[in-house]
Amino acid sequence: MPDRSIAPVIVDAVDFNPKLQPCEKWTLKNGVEVYSVNAGAEELMSLELVFYAGNWFEEKNLVAATTNFLLKNGTRQRNAFQINEHFEYYGAHLSRACYNETSTLSLHTLTKHVRELLPVVRELVTDAQMPEEELSIYQQNMKQRLKVNLRKADFVAGRLIDVYLFGEEHPYGRYTRDEDFDTLNREELLQFYRRYYQQGRFIIFAAGKLPSDLEALLNEYFGDLPTQPVTLPTHALQPATEKKYRISNDPDGVQGSIRIAREFPNRHHPDFIRVQTLNSLFGGFFGSRLMSNIREDKGYTYGIHSYLLNHIHDSAWMISTEAGKEVCEATIAEVYKEMKELREVAVDDEELSLVKNFMIGSILGDLDGPFQIIGRWKNLILNGLDDQYFYKSIETIKSITPQELQELANRYLVEKDFYELVVV
Amino acid sequence: MIQFDRFTLSNGLRVIVHQDTSTPMAVMNVMYDVGARDEDPDRTGFAHLFEHLMFGGSVNIPDYDEPLQMAGGENNAYTTNDLTNYYITLPSENLETAFWLESDRMLSLAFDEKSLEVQRKVVCEEFKEHYLNKPYGDVWHTLRSVAYKEHPYRWMTIGEKLAHIEDAKLEDVKAFFFKHYRPQNAVLVVAGNVTTEQVKTLTEKWFGDIPAGDKYERHLPQEPEQTEARKKEMHAAVPVDAFYKCWHMASRLDKRYYIADLLTDILGGGASSRLYQSLVKEQRLFSNIECFHFGSTDAGLACISGKLVKGVTMEQAEKAVEAELEKMKTATVSDTELQKVKNKTESMIAFEDMSVMSRAGSLAYYEILGDAALMNQELDRYAAVTAADILQESRILFRPENSSTLYYYAKQ
Repeated sequence: MPDRSIAPVIVDAVDFNPKLQPCEKWTLKNGVEVYSVNAGAEELMSLELVFYAGNWFEEKNLVAATTNFLLKNGTRQRNAFQINEHFEYYGAHLSRACYNETSTLSLHTLTKHVRELLPVVRELVTDAQMPEEELSIYQQNMKQRLKVNLRKADFVAGRLIDVYLFGEEHPYGRYTRDEDFDTLNREELLQFYRRYYQQGRFIIFAAGKLPSDLEALLNEYFGDLPTQPVTLPTHALQPATEKKYRISNDPDGVQGSIRIAREFPNRHHPDFIRVQTLNSLFGGFFGSRLMSNIREDKGYTYGIHSYLLNHIHDSAWMISTEAGKEVCEATIAEVYKEMKELREVAVDDEELSLVKNFMIGSILGDLDGPFQIIGRWKNLILNGLDDQYFYKSIETIKSITPQELQELANRYLVEKDFYELVVV
Repeated sequence: MIQFDRFTLSNGLRVIVHQDTSTPMAVMNVMYDVGARDEDPDRTGFAHLFEHLMFGGSVNIPDYDEPLQMAGGENNAYTTNDLTNYYITLPSENLETAFWLESDRMLSLAFDEKSLEVQRKVVCEEFKEHYLNKPYGDVWHTLRSVAYKEHPYRWMTIGEKLAHIEDAKLEDVKAFFFKHYRPQNAVLVVAGNVTTEQVKTLTEKWFGDIPAGDKYERHLPQEPEQTEARKKEMHAAVPVDAFYKCWHMASRLDKRYYIADLLTDILGGGASSRLYQSLVKEQRLFSNIECFHFGSTDAGLACISGKLVKGVTMEQAEKAVEAELEKMKTATVSDTELQKVKNKTESMIAFEDMSVMSRAGSLAYYEILGDAALMNQELDRYAAVTAADILQESRILFRPENSSTLYYYAKQ
């Protein structure tokens, strides 16, 4: 019978050296960059086209998102149904998404079918028609969806905190109103499409068990597309001056959506990497201070998390939770108490070692499979970084000291710098 | 084809080993054959609350999470109406930590009063977050209770009401543990960068001396065949009217399950599915519509749910849905349409099987269903479905007397 009171000997996770599998970089005939990771045991692959066509480039609210949405909704040769049927027939998944700086068209498929699918992906990039009828259905249905979302406290809180941090005019803070859908018209979508898709700038990311002639295939379907550089317009941050907000959204609400946030520099700032460890300790995982105190000791919430926003230009440090209506103020007080503790008392070695081990273990676990690996690469490349950043992050986790963390807490975890919002 | 080895300990614990050396990680998955369907009708939500308590310390280990995090591991768990699953990933060098933690909590929990008190509150907040503080959050509570009169699928995993969770006592927790959390009721899967020999040795060492306990015999009241159409109306402070309809379908291992699975996909599984194309795009009656099923082990439900476009009446919407169902009952689906949903299924399974954790979970699930090897037969079962099967199943499934309908009105 084993002695269960003694834990088995472990290899400290900080002694592991996670490796980011290198990614191949090459260019198509027209200069489009391709990044690929050929790995994995299954005959599956992903192919993602990332366009510089996010809402950062639009002059009117929703133009970027709507253009991206309607990419799949008709070309001269195929209507929306035929496009969807084509991908679904081959069991493939073609999705599109619009972000702040970029937007994507992303294909997941069994590798054996990729040849049947690429011609249609090309069609979407070169010949989308944005039919009036499709636009009208989109407007109608998205307005209904917005109505439903506006009944959710977490949705409303998410919009408002971004406005406080970045300003309503900034792409990171801009949000959608019902009437924004009404003023969309097909001509401006087509114009945006011509400039940022047909003749824009895009990067390709491919991962999985890739076909041996991938280079020829991508050149055949995307290597002749006209592409030109795009310049990112500048948008000034306009953070709110008022810091504290209490909003009533639903008279029958039983929980409050709490968001506490401050601005934070982007990944190129030296503190970004260092603060990741402080964030983990504070609210970044299940064993964090916030989770241990506010969920596991007080039971005020199902979950509480802190994180740095994944923005390219300007980030923010956010604390987010849904807590019982009657314990919202107590929850906020505990969050500030935890900040104060981190400012005043250096973390002990045992707790810090736990956080470090968790973080390294988590990076090891996240690198499971080609899609996760290309995901890491994509994030690095779109942020103008390379794998040195990955290794520096690991080195920082391993070497950061309690004193450095306390110093960072004194710099950043200062109550008066935070916006504070409760939506019930 | 997923390869695995299998053995059983003398206390009845079934163990499956799935090796994949392409990852530096190991996965440990412990699935207990207990879910919300095994609960007392006056104590619903208990299986799920119990899952939370499994993290409140075990007999020899006061804190479950800390040693795991120290070993670079992560874990989580979920409860369904049918089962409860716990899973860990960690660097394979530290695999023994997972054995130590999981075996100690299978041996016995700490049964700590404070942990119960806190987790009651946490689960109540989870209940509020997902079911009370969301528009349409009460739909499935209602629809389950309309469709099921006898079978315990009539309540949700989270529980029928907050009061059931608030009333949970420590003695209930103890009784539940010794009834359901015994080696005989569990399947252990170890996967990733591991060997069968290593797993055998570690399993014997850590799980071998846990008492077998009594075998739990499941005797659930079976749902009598429904003989008349059921209808219900609700009015709530939501912005848009919504339509829901569901039908009783076959249990998980029945051949008819696979037919119904493909059938729901034909109707509402994507942007080229019938309901979406006809009702959202062509007729513009719904702003969104889906058709899906619960994937339950016992006889489950196939459902259609959709939100109505403003100005459309519930009767118009229902009539249009019925017209699509009528087509399913009268005309055979084309080979292309059937092949499409089969291809989608093949692809979906392949993508799921990419992750070691997902493979480990599936092996445990099929072993609980009866045999882990079933996992490798799924594609053949789908491939065997014919257009004639779809036609016949549509006629059986979509009988009016087999249906429950919910009109969910936006309060004006």
